[in-house]
Amino acid sequence: MSTKELVARTGNEAMAEAMRQINPDVVAAYPITPATEIVQLFSSFVADGLVDTEFVTVESEHSAMSACVGASAAGARVMTGTSSQGLILMAEILYIAAGVRCPIILAEVNRALSSPINIHCDHSDTMSVRDSGWIQIFSENSQEAYDNMIQAVRIGEHMDVRLPVMVTTDGFIISHGLEAISMLEDKEVQDFIGPYKAAYSLLDVGKPITVGALDFTDFYFEHRRQTAQAMENGKKVILEVGREFGEKFGRSYGFFEGYKLEDAEIALVMLGSTAGTARVAVDKLREAGVKCGLLKLRVFRPFPAVELAEALKHLKAIAVMDRSDSLSTAGGPLFTEVRSALYDLPSRPAMVNYIYGLGGRDITVADLEGIYQELQRISGGGQIQKTLQYLGVRE
Amino acid sequence: MGKLLEIRWHGRGGQGAKTGALLLGEVLVNTGKFMQAFPDYGPERMGAPMRAYNRISDEPITLHSGVTNPEVVVVLDATLLGKVDVTAGLPEDGVLIVNTPQEPGEIRKQLGLSGRKLFTIDANKISQETIGRAIPNTPMLGALVKVTGLVEYEHLITDARKTLTKKFQHKPEVIDGNIKAIERAYQEVHGE
Amino acid sequence: MTKTWKELPEGGLITESGNAHQYETGDWRNLRPVHDQEKCINCLFCWIYCPDSAIIIKDGKVVGVDYAHCKGCGICARECPEKVKAIKMVDESECE
Repeated sequence: MSTKELVARTGNEAMAEAMRQINPDVVAAYPITPATEIVQLFSSFVADGLVDTEFVTVESEHSAMSACVGASAAGARVMTGTSSQGLILMAEILYIAAGVRCPIILAEVNRALSSPINIHCDHSDTMSVRDSGWIQIFSENSQEAYDNMIQAVRIGEHMDVRLPVMVTTDGFIISHGLEAISMLEDKEVQDFIGPYKAAYSLLDVGKPITVGALDFTDFYFEHRRQTAQAMENGKKVILEVGREFGEKFGRSYGFFEGYKLEDAEIALVMLGSTAGTARVAVDKLREAGVKCGLLKLRVFRPFPAVELAEALKHLKAIAVMDRSDSLSTAGGPLFTEVRSALYDLPSRPAMVNYIYGLGGRDITVADLEGIYQELQRISGGGQIQKTLQYLGVRE
Repeated sequence: MGKLLEIRWHGRGGQGAKTGALLLGEVLVNTGKFMQAFPDYGPERMGAPMRAYNRISDEPITLHSGVTNPEVVVVLDATLLGKVDVTAGLPEDGVLIVNTPQEPGEIRKQLGLSGRKLFTIDANKISQETIGRAIPNTPMLGALVKVTGLVEYEHLITDARKTLTKKFQHKPEVIDGNIKAIERAYQEVHGE
Repeated sequence: MTKTWKELPEGGLITESGNAHQYETGDWRNLRPVHDQEKCINCLFCWIYCPDSAIIIKDGKVVGVDYAHCKGCGICARECPEKVKAIKMVDESECE
């Protein structure tokens, strides 16, 4: 385990440093707030000769991801970074990257989608590409962003997986917030990730291949089934890599992290930086004797449904916190999936959904305490008045 | 979570309030204290009022909400007084440090302020004389550390130099100027 | 009172023209343009170039600056002809 000096890094700096230590073969990127710094810092590492990366400047995010797919198909270890409109401009090629099984790593900074234009944090962008075949890992803080980037390489490149991975942080809250983190030595990172051995290479003239061929009714379905299997395989690999990372460096990772969850009667389920704020609310309420806890989901794709059901089954009432709205009128994306995961339990906790923090609207300890109080009322036999609620919007 | 200290910096775009908050974060990172530093973001405009924040604690900080009740407020530009409510959320025993050639008493009268502890420092003059430009953030850091005793003086100087060296390695005169500015502000800040 | 979601125009539309006037950008200013009536030749260059329409004109003459909106960019002072220089940028802290 490393016991080095802590360093002060923003989320963006932490992700850029991880990229430097990973030293990918190719980075193709286009800048966008609040992710710009990641690739900007990385480009300075390239200019300073700290990495061997071929840095490709492109004219859009669509081109960035296209160049990434090309380079990855050629056998390179490839990374990029983006956010918001950039991510959804990439959307077409995100599906292709997963479909042709390119283990590209994307540093994604969660930001609201237009319109109205907004540069601040919510999870709309990442959620909008949740079915693209990318593994999606959320980070609570700079440290997790750094650790997740390094693990993402091992997860995506695993021969049983070979899927692209996006590691996300919350825009501005984490991307531009300075915190102390513990970094690994360059060599530790290199030893952990190992060299990349592509299954195939476009440039291998001795073993020529075609990438991105046409599938009709006769093959398309089978290929989609393969990708689903890769996601399934990813679950095992994510846990193995998270465990090994913990053994080597002292910080273990799983699909999710419970906080005071085991003996809790009520709990919140959420993604990203809000979990940190919720811990403070849990501690305060625990002091007052409230049996509350929280579950912070780290891996949204693949979705650990069975494991979540197991971890949440003892609760009396749960509030799922969505920092994006599906606009389905039936709840946010996290809520619908968590509720579905719990459907087969013999006795199900009561569940409510809060859409919160859209466009960077602040969420406070007091807001979260209020939700726990509502859960107390529900767990005490009170009626659920509204399953879906908008927290902090001006009514 | 143990005792949490929250600081709010007021400045105008371009004056370095964000850099001041980040520099304080960097200076604290190896003192055994836990810290956060972050700005408020909007459209970035030179001259527009902006805020930046620090959180400091002896225990890990997991809070990721905004700062609404800071114990310490640092004002980089006295022309903000009266235009921006710099004392918003500041408790009765809170600390207000203002960059101005005026005396604390005059500022108190100007703001019609009761309670709170007021300190002033002429950071513009100091930065003009040491750095050659009115960039008041480093002197305000010196004043802030003097008033709050957040970190040992020697540590402040050593770590501030270390951090500035990373940013201005090709401009040693900027590093020396900033360090002098911190030293002078540390000496010259005064309360009522 | 800030409007609720039920009261705001839908689609984030700004349905009232000219309401930028209500947004006072004057407090962004570090430097204040101070106009000298004596020196001014009323060429109106400042009025043409001001990006905030903050030069106040009356009967074809410059009569002052709209400090509620002037951001203090200094373009007026720069565009004022060399031989005239009727606008001086003064540090806000030195103004009343």
